[in-house]
Amino acid sequence: MITYEFLQNYWWFIISLLGGLLVFLLFVQGGQSMLHSLGRTEDEKKLLVNALGRKWEYTFTTLVTFGGAFFASFPLFYSTSFGGAYWVWMIILFCFVLQAVSYEFQSKPGNIFGKGTYRAFLFINGVLGTFLLGAAVATFFTGSEFTVNKGNIVGLGDAGPVISQWQNPLHGIEALGDARNWFLGLAVLFLARTLASLFFVNRLNHDILVDRSRKFTLYNGVPFVVFFLAFLIWTLVADGYAVNPETKVVFLEPAKYLHNFLDMPLVLIVFLLGVVGVLYGIFATVFRPEYNKGIWFAGVGTVLTVTMLFLVAGYNHTAYYPSSIDLQSSLTVQNSSSSEFTLGVMSIVSLLVPFVLAYIFYAWRALEKKSLGLDDLQADEHSY
Amino acid sequence: MELLSVSAVNWSRAQFALTAGYHWLFVPLTIGLALIMSVMETIYVRTGDPKWKSTAKFWQKIFGINFAIGIATGIILEFQFGTNWSNYSWFVGDIFGAPLAIEGIVAFFLEATFISIMFFGWNRVSKNMHLASTWLVTLGATLSAYWILVANAWMQYPVGMEFNPDTVRNEMNDFWAVISSPIAVNKFLHAVFSCWGFAAAFVLGVSSWYLLKKRHQDFALKSIKVGMIVGLSGFVLLAVTGDGSGHEVAQKQPMKLAAMEGLYHGKEGAGLIAVGMLNPAKQAYNDRVDPYLFKMEIPKLLSLLGYRDANAFVPGIENIIDGGYTLPDGTVALSFRERKERGEKAIQALADYKTATAEGRLDDAAQHKRILDENYAHFGYGYLESEADLVPDVPLTFYTFHLMVIIGCYFILFFLIVWYFVHKKKMHTERWLQYVALWSIPLAYIAGQCGWAVAEMGRQPWTIQDVLPVQTAVSAVATGNIVATFILFAIIFTGMLVAEVTIMVKQIKKGPDFPPEVSGSNRLIEIDED
Repeated sequence: MITYEFLQNYWWFIISLLGGLLVFLLFVQGGQSMLHSLGRTEDEKKLLVNALGRKWEYTFTTLVTFGGAFFASFPLFYSTSFGGAYWVWMIILFCFVLQAVSYEFQSKPGNIFGKGTYRAFLFINGVLGTFLLGAAVATFFTGSEFTVNKGNIVGLGDAGPVISQWQNPLHGIEALGDARNWFLGLAVLFLARTLASLFFVNRLNHDILVDRSRKFTLYNGVPFVVFFLAFLIWTLVADGYAVNPETKVVFLEPAKYLHNFLDMPLVLIVFLLGVVGVLYGIFATVFRPEYNKGIWFAGVGTVLTVTMLFLVAGYNHTAYYPSSIDLQSSLTVQNSSSSEFTLGVMSIVSLLVPFVLAYIFYAWRALEKKSLGLDDLQADEHSY
Repeated sequence: MELLSVSAVNWSRAQFALTAGYHWLFVPLTIGLALIMSVMETIYVRTGDPKWKSTAKFWQKIFGINFAIGIATGIILEFQFGTNWSNYSWFVGDIFGAPLAIEGIVAFFLEATFISIMFFGWNRVSKNMHLASTWLVTLGATLSAYWILVANAWMQYPVGMEFNPDTVRNEMNDFWAVISSPIAVNKFLHAVFSCWGFAAAFVLGVSSWYLLKKRHQDFALKSIKVGMIVGLSGFVLLAVTGDGSGHEVAQKQPMKLAAMEGLYHGKEGAGLIAVGMLNPAKQAYNDRVDPYLFKMEIPKLLSLLGYRDANAFVPGIENIIDGGYTLPDGTVALSFRERKERGEKAIQALADYKTATAEGRLDDAAQHKRILDENYAHFGYGYLESEADLVPDVPLTFYTFHLMVIIGCYFILFFLIVWYFVHKKKMHTERWLQYVALWSIPLAYIAGQCGWAVAEMGRQPWTIQDVLPVQTAVSAVATGNIVATFILFAIIFTGMLVAEVTIMVKQIKKGPDFPPEVSGSNRLIEIDED
């Protein structure tokens, strides 16, 4: 029986999955953050840029679709978070705007700012884009300073006709005052770099870069694990934002997210499988000299882990976008979603997703029957 | 109060206009070029002629340069609905979000996936697969235009929804009505045909430059042939859909139509102004100053365009504010004051409904809901203060509309002339026409920008027609923040634009990689016949 509640949970799952796919695809950003450290000669940098340049549009499109899907399914989040944490989202957007032209323009004559500038843009996108997305997602657990009152549209209150209001003038930057947000931000940054290293090991036909990428897997994998564990452990023991299923009142519950894992054993198992996948991908790549399939284990592992983290944030009577200053303003899957009708329509559209994935898989395979080397770049007229 | 100050609204609008304006510098070229290069590649696959392959590849390069910057500006547009129009996002997100999500799932992935095959697949997939990919990129680009224009059209003419006082938002109840709204279909077609015309004008201009320089003439003439067919079809269809747009605007947004024509006093059998100049001394809608310095009208055409009846009454700005005339459906139009009163009633009823519900007075709540439903069609008027709030910027709407129409008509003539000379096999000798083609490129850009200015400025003060004015749609972000991001966007976009233009100029100067043995003017006649 497809009820409103089912549709709401289904869409939270879709958003979670898109979030998981997005974080996996951030390997493009991770790679961009290492252009100058992993690549030492111009040829090496060029090869890295071109390997990433064949993938960046997937990440970008996934981000856009993530935004669109979030808007369509949970418009109150779109309204509250984007309109409130204004600066965080704006900086993220600026990073991605810079990225969008940097591949296409960097090697073209007449690009005015020079190759170095466009690569610097890629670096900025690589570091800030991943870190801030991670920090923004961390606020799903740590909370933000906003109030929501849908009735305000009648304009009778003090605030005028304003549905949601951010109560901190820093408009989102204040999230950097919380170490836990830093931990997840840094974890995502180093995860992206780790995934990029694994991607290079798999994709490149260039011995020096592949060897170096293997080392970079370790250099980035270790800080990733440290920051991720710091975030995870802290979050598991911290108070979480629980919702009373009868009264819908939001309250702080000790170790709420730990309870969520325990209450939803399937989520816990998949989460752990994901973590094992990521760790296996890293370790096998670091310790087995010929092994190059780490990206697949770590990639699938990332999607699973992140998706489950999102589920823990939103399922089991939990407020997924909590307000730390006014608990009752917190957003839940129930109070922030679209109508049953809209979710139903969107669910039918979501049946197209497997078809989309199928042609993406086809295209990926068609272009990548063999790994990418410098000779391919010479043969390819569209190389960057 | 500071948070909802006029300046915050204006800066939010300026930021959106800036982004949309830049977006529309690049997108029409990509959508239109996508079709043109698909046609070229199809000819290549059919004939096996490598010259057509080089021709298609050259325009693909130009496409790629534009595509990147088009999506850079596009992502900002999507997220700005949230960052700067936060109330809007909740109030109508239930309807408005869906087309945006579908655009991502259905169109953007199609485009992004097959673009990589198009760019990197020449030596990796079969000829036919490559051709299919190029066409799929065209399909993806065109579909994305459809979905975003469904969203835009819905703001101009909200259908398929009802207001839910419990959630305090509009909720979709008829998806089909939203996606098949006549405004949406017409807007989509008008926009896509404008892209065809735009890109064709671009292709003709650039190709003519080669003819002027006596370089790559073979390539240039091939490009002109495809361009002129796409361009002429585009502009003729633009006229047809433009007529449809005019008709729709008259029905759904009469104030916009009045502003487009600078029409203050309505009349029967109204003429359409062909050329005219507004009187800058006119300050207010009711100051009795003649709105025109001079005008040349085509008699009765505005009535015919708007109502399909040469003698129909077209209301002017004053009539719309004062009400009292008969609407096409036979009812009498309400005045601004009456609509404002009913809007305020609706808002108050919503407030009362919320209170009654919270206090458990369900009978009272039902009563308030009834009042709300009866007056909801005027909801947005309750937020407006005076008559003047209802009037968009008339000179801006008037001039952009007429400029767009004049340029559109010019291009029909232009493409006909080109057609004639191509048919006579004299295109490569008519230097005057080559100059005209080259200097027509900026006109295409101006017409596209004007079109959007008419559509968006002409519907002020509404974000959602009659339901939500701009000042109630905006985010509670202090003005300083918006000014800062506006400046950042302006710098970044302008820098990108300058880089983009110089890159394109360099690429054009470099020219296509044409097979050398066949370039040169001695082959022109033969090529003209294929």
